[in-house]
Amino acid sequence: MFGKLSLDSIPYHEPIIMVTAAAIGIVGALVFGLITYYRKWGYLWTEWVTSIDHKKIGVMYFLVALVMLVRGFADAIMMRTQQAIAAGGAEGYLPPHHYDQIFTAHGVIMIFFVAMPMVIGLMNLVVPLQIGARDVAFPFMNNLSFWLFAVGMILVNMSLVIGEFAKTGWLAYAPLSELQYSPDVGVDYWIWALQLSGIGTTLTGINFFVTILKMRTKGMTLFRMPIFTWTALCTNVLIILSFPILTATIALLTLDRYLGMHFFTNDMGGSQMMYVNLIWAWGHPEVYILILPAFGVFSEVIATFTKKRLFGYKTMVWATAAITVLSFIVWLHHFFTMGAGANVNAFFGIMTMIIAIPTGVKIFNWLFTMYRGRIQFTTPVLWTIGFIITFTLGGMTGVMLAVPGANFVLHNSLFVIAHFHNVIIGGVVFGMMAGFTYWFPKAFGFTLSEKWGKRSFWCWLVGFYMAFMPLYALSFFGAMRRMQSYEQTEWQPLMIVAWVGAVIIAAGIACMVIQLIVSIRDRENNRDLTGDPWDGRTLEWSTSSPPPNYNFAYLPKVDSIDSYWEMKQQPGGFKRELATKFEDVHMPKNTAEGPIMSLFALFFGFALIWHIWWLVGLGAIGMFVTFMFRIFNNDTDYHVSAAEVEKTEREYHKRLEMQA
Amino acid sequence: MDPSGQIGQGLKSLIITAFGLMLIVVIPVIVMTILFAWKYRGTNLAAKYTPNWEHSNIIEVFVWAIPCVIIFFLAVLTWQTSHSFDPHKPIASEDETMTVDAISLDWKWLFIYPDEGIATINELAIPVDKPVHFRVTSGTVMNSFMIPNLGSQIYAMAGMDNDVYLEGNEIGTFRGRSTHYSGEGFSEMLFDAHVTSDADFQAWVDKVKQSPDTMMFPEDYERVAKPSIANPVEYFSQVSPDFYGDLIKSYKAGHGGTDSHGEHNEARESSMPMSAQAAE
Repeated sequence: MFGKLSLDSIPYHEPIIMVTAAAIGIVGALVFGLITYYRKWGYLWTEWVTSIDHKKIGVMYFLVALVMLVRGFADAIMMRTQQAIAAGGAEGYLPPHHYDQIFTAHGVIMIFFVAMPMVIGLMNLVVPLQIGARDVAFPFMNNLSFWLFAVGMILVNMSLVIGEFAKTGWLAYAPLSELQYSPDVGVDYWIWALQLSGIGTTLTGINFFVTILKMRTKGMTLFRMPIFTWTALCTNVLIILSFPILTATIALLTLDRYLGMHFFTNDMGGSQMMYVNLIWAWGHPEVYILILPAFGVFSEVIATFTKKRLFGYKTMVWATAAITVLSFIVWLHHFFTMGAGANVNAFFGIMTMIIAIPTGVKIFNWLFTMYRGRIQFTTPVLWTIGFIITFTLGGMTGVMLAVPGANFVLHNSLFVIAHFHNVIIGGVVFGMMAGFTYWFPKAFGFTLSEKWGKRSFWCWLVGFYMAFMPLYALSFFGAMRRMQSYEQTEWQPLMIVAWVGAVIIAAGIACMVIQLIVSIRDRENNRDLTGDPWDGRTLEWSTSSPPPNYNFAYLPKVDSIDSYWEMKQQPGGFKRELATKFEDVHMPKNTAEGPIMSLFALFFGFALIWHIWWLVGLGAIGMFVTFMFRIFNNDTDYHVSAAEVEKTEREYHKRLEMQA
Repeated sequence: MDPSGQIGQGLKSLIITAFGLMLIVVIPVIVMTILFAWKYRGTNLAAKYTPNWEHSNIIEVFVWAIPCVIIFFLAVLTWQTSHSFDPHKPIASEDETMTVDAISLDWKWLFIYPDEGIATINELAIPVDKPVHFRVTSGTVMNSFMIPNLGSQIYAMAGMDNDVYLEGNEIGTFRGRSTHYSGEGFSEMLFDAHVTSDADFQAWVDKVKQSPDTMMFPEDYERVAKPSIANPVEYFSQVSPDFYGDLIKSYKAGHGGTDSHGEHNEARESSMPMSAQAAE
């Protein structure tokens, strides 16, 4: 009846897990109770769960990302604590069985369920507004993408209490992830969490690719698109091209595990090297999927707050495009030590270094945007300057790893860990934090507390350097990654410094949470009535904050790069005139099919993990039937009446006048 | 960062060279960032302000040329060192190269000395200043064979014949390990590598030969292939003639060799010998 699932699957004997589970249970019950008490279920369902509004979907992505950041960070501090203790024969407090799950979960969560939803959430919120569109190309698909992503997230978290997570490292290298060596459900959780959320990501990629190409407003040629939209376009190209590789690779591993096939096994003609190649053929573009939008954020932030045009717009675009193409021909640098010949290694090493050229150009362009500007040191600018310095160092260590000779001694050591945290924290996280602070008022209509934002920044910056510089140093003394314990007591002092660094980062996360609470409390004092709190340059700032669900009453017309800025520079300045005549606005309707299909997908995934075959069937049929409902449903759109548009616009105008 | 072998020393200087080359651009970038941020702060109204300045051919040329030149030099360095430090490349030496087979198991290292006809677990000895050809494979999941003080690492993969040439140029005992995560016992998958004088090496070989245990494929192999953590050092006085080749061949087909690597999912969990299950 319940396949492999039984009451023994719950790890009662692990106090850490049980306490965590209890805490989650209590908080969950509290949230459930509050929603019921205030009768907000209906509101949640109609305004959020079934919403096809790209802005709300963006907010939901970011919210999930922030919650998962806390989860992923909890894993991180547990690992740092373990390594600070487990020296010279000491076993620490985490046995290998638990420690191995933690570093696997940390990697999976931080990449797939923190960095990805931050990037996709920001794209959702910003891209349609920047190109002057009213929604994305496929609104239903957007909702479905989010909920499929949420299913993956739920499965990963279920593995904490029901069964266990993979003990294979975040990429589940075969043959360790094969049934022979990992017979438990951990790898199956990994498979289905990534497979379902990965399908959501692929759909998002298609959606935004089409949106950017087909839904730009009048006059917005490709070379007038804001840089963030450019980076989003390139990222979506990467998603479309690379995520199917991940899906196929995991599918092959699934066949090995479920049907006894031999794609990646040691014997019967399986090839583990094929697995490693395939997973990195996706994995390396994935790195650029994350970093390109961060580059876009920095470009927007630096131009806005230096009150100056971005230096070298076209160079930026071409550099981004070059990185997009190059990111597909460097994957082998993740395994020079596999034993390929010198020519192959040298080729991939040099290709990797070539990526440093367009990236270096970008750095210089940001610098020359600051040059002769009037820099306002707001929180997003601090994140940007912190990024430029930190990322430059991370880029340097990346090039060092790209020299195959050097890689033969640095590979698998803490040097690699320090390097990729250097670029992912210093690049992606700093970028997403900058973007979060920058666009928050657009989404909610009030600005975030600068004081707590800056405190968060300094904690993150100092914490990062304290946590990861020791790891670079340790790697030169032979410290390897993924070690649950180590013999060398002389490593311990630096491990403790790294632990202190992690604690400072924890303070940074706490500051972020306080920033949100304080800002919501003081929201009336920090209202953004104009819709343009930063004196912005691009179209999203030309509409109200938060924008009406149709974004623009009239689609704006564009004739330059910083179009909104140019409008404001017109003699007499830009006036938000109230139009005299309004038209009906054609909009998509909310949809219940997305969340319902995803609920069945959750059953489907969970059942496959535990071999509960009847539930697999139920989930599959449920998904199919719901999908059919959607296909034959012709009532998917409506018109916002001209009268209602006029009413909304008049209210906005009244606020503007009061402000003036 | 205190290499005791010529490969390790070469790689150390390679890392320092690459690091130095990149500092040529990294240091100016960091200085410029801080300088620009300070000079063009919003409150400094004395600084020049050009809100519409967005392009300069001269700057464009420099920002492309500087990274290009540095990467060009690094690329040349990369091409040369990829070849000179190719792990598969024999080390030029007056001494004859000796062969040692390193086989990763769960979670220990089995070393075979095919010429001496001996084998050990978790202990390696090599004569000083003698080039050693390590043939590296795995009897389990992927691992990576490395003695950090001597230099390069290389992956150990079942059914694959990989290799790395190393040389110890200083007498001493160094730690070697698997650097590639391979499961529960990974952290303790360590061994001592003794770099000894020729005489001491001979004495060590003789000591190993005293052992009553043998390492015949597949019988003895299947016994030691069972998962164990922090396995003590073991010596074997005799090895079957082409142990290394036989092990690799056993993966080539599902039913060739010993049939010991089939679909026996509980092999690790139950810690039972794989072939014992196959025989059932």
